[in-house]
Amino acid sequence: MLLIQQLINGLQVGSIYAVIALGYTMVYGIIKLINFAHGEVMMMGAYFAFLAAVAGMPIWAVFLISMVLSAILGMVIERVAYKPLRSAPRISSLITAIAMSLFLQNLALFIFKADPKVMPTIIKNNPVTIGSLQISNITIITFLVSVVFMVILTIFISKTKSGKAMRAVSQDTEAAMLMGINVNSTISLTFAIGSALAALGGILYAIAYTQVMPTMGLLPGLKAFVAAVLGGIGIIPGAMIGGFILGFIETLTKAYISSRWADAIVFGILIVVLSVKPTGILGKNIREKV
Amino acid sequence: MLQVENLNVHYGKIHAIKGISFDVKQGEIVSLIGANGAGKTTILHTVSKMIKPSSGSITFKGQNMSNVVPQKMVEMGMAHVPEGRRVFSQMTVQENLEMGAYSRKKNKVEFESDLDEIFTRFPRLKERRKQHAGTLSGGEQQMLAIGRALMSRPEVLLLDEPSMGLAPILVDQIFNIIESINKSGTTILLVEQNANRALHISNRAYVLETGKIVMQGLAKDLIENDDIKKAYLGG
Ligand SMILES: Nc1ncnc2c1ncn2[C@@H]1O[C@H](COP(=O)(O)OP(=O)(O)OP(=O)(O)O)[C@@H](O)[C@H]1O
Ligand SMILES: [Mg+2]
Repeated sequence: MLLIQQLINGLQVGSIYAVIALGYTMVYGIIKLINFAHGEVMMMGAYFAFLAAVAGMPIWAVFLISMVLSAILGMVIERVAYKPLRSAPRISSLITAIAMSLFLQNLALFIFKADPKVMPTIIKNNPVTIGSLQISNITIITFLVSVVFMVILTIFISKTKSGKAMRAVSQDTEAAMLMGINVNSTISLTFAIGSALAALGGILYAIAYTQVMPTMGLLPGLKAFVAAVLGGIGIIPGAMIGGFILGFIETLTKAYISSRWADAIVFGILIVVLSVKPTGILGKNIREKV
Repeated sequence: MLQVENLNVHYGKIHAIKGISFDVKQGEIVSLIGANGAGKTTILHTVSKMIKPSSGSITFKGQNMSNVVPQKMVEMGMAHVPEGRRVFSQMTVQENLEMGAYSRKKNKVEFESDLDEIFTRFPRLKERRKQHAGTLSGGEQQMLAIGRALMSRPEVLLLDEPSMGLAPILVDQIFNIIESINKSGTTILLVEQNANRALHISNRAYVLETGKIVMQGLAKDLIENDDIKKAYLGG
């Protein structure tokens, strides 16, 4: 029973990692950049939600406001920090991403101060009993909301014109341009979607742990990055799978081994996976036909 | 239809295109021929606005192109089949063709009829429409790249070495296809190293050497020219 309970907890944590990991993987797919500021977008998303909740907005407005503002933030970050460096060596944009991450963290420190703020209760904790299992409704909602957004994203990417354009740009930017696809706005859209998903992760995280603080994006951001790499960076279903796997490993380690070691084990897994299969679980070495 | 005047292109300090002028008239097939590194690809990229020239003018359908953004070129009626095909390898054949029609207004009926037209021209693509483009053979990928460009209903088609790396029988097929595309009303600017084949289907041609045009004229005259024979036709 404990095992099932833990797996359910893993599902909750995992779905948060998965939605954040999606942003990493989408941005990497399209401009080959590890956006280290992504965790901070998640943190800002949590603060936007916090402010909206404090202002007494209804729950749907809290989600909407936070996700829209974060989408805008993501587009601004791309426009200001990454776009000018698009043809620069990759290390330059990577360093810029780290700088952007620190900047956002300090901005939050400055505006919101260092002490954690209590996230108002927007969903009442209401455990559901199934047999001898007790599942928090927050766990169920977190999982369902994440899955709904993942399904929407998958349909968007595979069926819509903009979604297909996104894939075209990520596979061959120059050829996409020759098709008349506006590459700049496609990249903007990718940042907007990725950032909105990061905000979603941030809100769910803030609800689960009932607090927000400027450094809250750091660890979940890193773990979501690990999840994206684990699943195969640039591959959207990979980020989802990676997120859930990471969630399971983390909760099981905490339950059966030691909570102090959980993070070390998570990052250890990254090292092992990368040395065995550098392209991640779903990654394959694509052979180009000439 | 297309006029290029006094074009200069630099890659950093490398002066790749040195004051080139040429034109393509409606309905023609015009070839640019020349050895590796002569600057053929650079010219096509400049014409389709992917590269900014350092000087010179490009006029398309009477309109100066200097301030046009690259993604508008397709809408204006110019399609470019790049060197090395560049199909979207992780997308299906059909999705690749959809991307070719990206710039056009959504019209399901028109799209379907264009798709049918492409599949009639390239039956092999129809059988493989659900297959990832990356799994196609080289010849099939070239057909897809051409089909994809045709989906935008171009008035001018730029082709960069369409016969590169193909078996002789496929080369024949590709050149036949180019001729038939031209017969159905599309103007063609063709870049080739296979000078012999290119000249045989062209109206006119320009011969390039290290960024300069060294010879130009009617294709049928160039085929007979002794210098050309020596340098490009293996005779
Ligand atoms: N991106 C680039 N950066 C620097 N130099 C370039 C670049 N692209 C082309 N060049 C140089 O410009 C010149 C012309 O190259 P281009 O690719 O246009 O030749 P080409 O005629 O198409 O050759 P090929 O038949 O091999 O395709 C070459 O000297 C090449 O080295
Ligand atoms: Mg070339």
